[in-house]
Amino acid sequence: MSTQYATFHLAGHLFGVEVRRVQEVLTEQPRTPAPLAPRAVAGLINLRGQVVTALDLRRRLGMPDREEGKVAMNVVVRAAEEVWSLLVDSIGGVIEAADATFEPPPDTLSGPIRELIRGAYKLDDALLLVLDVDKALEIEGAVAAA
Amino acid sequence: MDDMDEIVQEFLVESYENLDQLDSDLVALEQEPGSRELLASVFRTIHTIKGTSGFLAFSRLESVAHVGENLLARLRDGQLVMTPVTTDVLLRMVDTIRALLSSIEASHSEDGVEVAEVVAAIRAVLDGEQPVLPPAAGAGAEVPAEEPAPAAPAVEVAAPVEEAPAPAGPPADKPAAPAGEKASAVEASIRVDVELLESLVRQAGELVLARNQILQRAGALRDEDLTRACHRLNLVASEMQETVMRTRMQAIDHLWSKLPRVVRDLGNMLGRKIKLEMEGGDTELDRTLLEAVKDPLTHIVRNAVDHGIESPEVRRAAGKNEVGTLKLRAAHEGGQVVVEIRDDGKGIDPAVIGAKAVEKGLVTAAKLESLTPNDVLQFLFLPGFSTAAKVTNVSGRGVGMDVVKTNIERIGGSVDVESVVGHGTVWRLRIPLTLAIVPALTVECAGQRYAMPQVNLLELVSLDTERMSKAIEDVGGAKVYRLRGALLPLIRLEEALELKRPAEAEMPTNLVIAVLECDGRRFGLVVDRVLDTEEIVVKPLSGVLKAIGSYAGATILGDGRVSLILDVQSLARRTMRSDGIEHAAAAAAATTAATGEGQRLLVVGLGDNRRVAIPLDVVTRLEEFKTESIERVGRREVVRYRGEILPLVRLSHHLGGGSRGARSAGEVDAVPGVVYSARGRSVAIVVDEIVDIVAGQDARSDIDDAGLVGSAVIRDRVTELLDVRAAILAADPNFFTEQAQNELAEASKRLGV
Repeated sequence: MSTQYATFHLAGHLFGVEVRRVQEVLTEQPRTPAPLAPRAVAGLINLRGQVVTALDLRRRLGMPDREEGKVAMNVVVRAAEEVWSLLVDSIGGVIEAADATFEPPPDTLSGPIRELIRGAYKLDDALLLVLDVDKALEIEGAVAAA
Repeated sequence: MDDMDEIVQEFLVESYENLDQLDSDLVALEQEPGSRELLASVFRTIHTIKGTSGFLAFSRLESVAHVGENLLARLRDGQLVMTPVTTDVLLRMVDTIRALLSSIEASHSEDGVEVAEVVAAIRAVLDGEQPVLPPAAGAGAEVPAEEPAPAAPAVEVAAPVEEAPAPAGPPADKPAAPAGEKASAVEASIRVDVELLESLVRQAGELVLARNQILQRAGALRDEDLTRACHRLNLVASEMQETVMRTRMQAIDHLWSKLPRVVRDLGNMLGRKIKLEMEGGDTELDRTLLEAVKDPLTHIVRNAVDHGIESPEVRRAAGKNEVGTLKLRAAHEGGQVVVEIRDDGKGIDPAVIGAKAVEKGLVTAAKLESLTPNDVLQFLFLPGFSTAAKVTNVSGRGVGMDVVKTNIERIGGSVDVESVVGHGTVWRLRIPLTLAIVPALTVECAGQRYAMPQVNLLELVSLDTERMSKAIEDVGGAKVYRLRGALLPLIRLEEALELKRPAEAEMPTNLVIAVLECDGRRFGLVVDRVLDTEEIVVKPLSGVLKAIGSYAGATILGDGRVSLILDVQSLARRTMRSDGIEHAAAAAAATTAATGEGQRLLVVGLGDNRRVAIPLDVVTRLEEFKTESIERVGRREVVRYRGEILPLVRLSHHLGGGSRGARSAGEVDAVPGVVYSARGRSVAIVVDEIVDIVAGQDARSDIDDAGLVGSAVIRDRVTELLDVRAAILAADPNFFTEQAQNELAEASKRLGV
């Protein structure tokens, strides 16, 4: 058995989100900042008339900010009743990962990443970290303070 | 008269529909003469028509329906059996009824339709005789007059028939809209699935957005043809939007029509005598909003009957008319619909509410002290707050005013309450006309654009930096702008949203104050620039942004960028203490003399270098009174102010000190003063000098002098805290009593004002 993941890169790591959760992938979009919002909320984008909240995954995962001038790609995902855009460094392909290679989060990971990762697939050339989308989108006061 | 027309129209529409059914039922009856079900259905239809026509005084219609009903009753009860003759007679009856309806629709009268023959024929059947039916072909007047056979030569047959129903007729929002060539009532109104309307409205909203974007782009292109096309698009889109909106509008009467019964039944049950008055029932509202308002409105009305209006004995004892009045009023007001529910009952006692709030742990007794009565009433809207001493089956079922408030706020409305003990209570619901499209003002602040609903906007004041530094008084953290003499508390959007300006950005040389009103309070929102007014479609926000509470939604502006919509109400609430400046209640003076935490004080100077502080929330306006407008009436002084006569007190006299230095009142042309208004009455307190406005201080000693409640150190100076109530009473001993009004009126008469 295997599962399909849409993959993307973030600060040198390879991440994956289940393909069925991904609505589309977009290049950099103009964002309207949302003052007073938690730090990880990167603003709002216009997705063909729909207002979508963008989440800066680097910030959400406690990684250093993207270098000045580097564009962010949008991975648009469906959550319970909302549509969100995850800001990532670059987009990878769709990977079919064999369930047998799945493991719980490796011990080497710590901090927010560990909390928001469901586990990892040992691919031949890399480790595919599976993002827990729903958990990542639960941003409340804790992250706001971060 | 219009109401009557509407009833008649509804009756016509309903009857036409029923008659169509009747035709097929009667025909089916012939096949199945014994079907009680069919007979009962036919009977009901005719019965309804008879009843309504009697009520509307259409006597011919009634007489036909009446005999028809008799016949149908016999058939239904099995006393007569359907025969083809009976069917004929009944069908003829249906034709006659239809002819009568057409006549009523066309000329509002039944004249011209003969009914005697049909009535006689039905009677004959009832009496077991052979009816004499007029030949159907000759019954021109009895056949619906919809198709006057064109007696035109054959060659012209192809010419369009004038009477043909226009397929592109305007979507009639009311059945009663016979425009020129009137389509029959059935054609003029159709039933449409609400879902269909909703999606039309949504699409119209999107169309408006797309139009905005196109207009913006086209403006830059300077292409004449494109510009013309855009103009047309603009017009059509606006009109379409308006029309589509109208399809969803319904008169608030639809809700109100149920209330007389509610009030009557409840009143009887509780032994109250109540007169229900309704005004503005034709005010229209988006139907989804109407639906959302239904329960809150009913709840408030029940509440007014249960808790507001007293029993006749109590009312008599209080010298009131034993019949209580409950008045509903609806009206359009600045793009909103305001619905008022006013009773002349016992009112709500802030003391009782306050005590209850303390008991429930909603507020500490100390904090309560510093609240105005109006603030105290707001506890009614807190979850779990119910003042009913015992739970009755009328109200106090745990569904309280908090639910009312939540429901009304959910649709972008607001609810507030005012009450005077012994005189009654007014609940006021403010409801937006529609949710889908809102006229908004777009502003810029720190490089970002924000939209805010225009409903709240009163005016815009533009200030350059130089004037700004003078006009905005920034003391102790409380910023105020003096707008034509009235104090306007200010909120800087930049601070409220914690916006950061890029380091290299220049500070604006010009600021704009948007004067907003919300919940009856005014305040100024300071922004960098006003950009435009635009119609915006409100889009929902994700939960995490909604939770911030500063945004009412988002929208997409003409250039395709997203813009946040400011929640003016919560901005005001978050940034200001709830007692605004133009917002002081009568007894406030008594309770607010003690400074509460964060309370703002107006510091005034008196002679001998004295400083006195007055709570800002009892200051309605700051004024300069011309010395010549001050006059003596008996032993008291009054001042002419805005066409009124206000009782006046000189604070320096009241507090037993001399006026400043050697200057006597005669030497100055004008003196500064504070106007305090409550319940339509005002007094003026004259001081020597207005010094400052400061945030509340807690340092307080017990030095207590006549007319003062204590003192505090404000800005390194000992400042006395004025006992406002005493000062007001010094100006007008009857300010808090009934007689005052009369006395003032008399004084006015004497002075010829």
